[in-house]
Amino acid sequence: MARSLKKGPFIDAKLFEKIEDLNRVNQKKVVKTWARRSMIPPAFIGHTLAVHNGKKFLPVFVTENMVGHKLGEFSMTRTFRAHGGKKTDKATKVK
Amino acid sequence: MARIAGVDLPRNKRIEIALTYIFGIGRITSNVILSKAKINPDLRSDALTDDQVKKIRDIINEEYKVEGPLRTEVQMNIKRLIDIGCYRGTRHKKGLPVRGQNTRNNARTRRSKRKSSPSKKK
Repeated sequence: MARSLKKGPFIDAKLFEKIEDLNRVNQKKVVKTWARRSMIPPAFIGHTLAVHNGKKFLPVFVTENMVGHKLGEFSMTRTFRAHGGKKTDKATKVK
Repeated sequence: MARIAGVDLPRNKRIEIALTYIFGIGRITSNVILSKAKINPDLRSDALTDDQVKKIRDIINEEYKVEGPLRTEVQMNIKRLIDIGCYRGTRHKKGLPVRGQNTRNNARTRRSKRKSSPSKKK
């Protein structure tokens, strides 16, 4: 079910504050975050966030098109290593 | 023979159904259009007068995005997802189900026809 409009988008408060602080001093720093569930507000555009995928922090550079998506959508949690056996050159090819 | 929004011209069907041959118009939109144009949905499509056809055409032109433009819009939406590199985009790229369906079995619509594996030898 979609989130009620009454509440507005969910944005991780602490992360949002951190980014706002950076915006105020016009700085860009990579911010580590676990808040995959946080929506991307327009304030994040141009920043690079390191979004945790359960194991590592993957850098996500936020562009205008990403506004409205959640951070977790850009930090893949699964690794896929080709199906099928034997042929080794197939396995080394990574999509 | 009525030509509306490009190439669509099903004949001998109720106009309510005939309109759904246009990409972007289903049963509901079709009925909305007809009630707006004040045309009986039970009429056959070749029984329409030129006037009525024109009315339908005008309504579609003004209020709906159909066929080509609609298709490009859909494609653009998908392209956007792929370009920003989000999960849904990669699913589109790989031709796998986008909305979290299982892929252990089935998912044949997205994954295209089964490649026949070499038959079991006995």
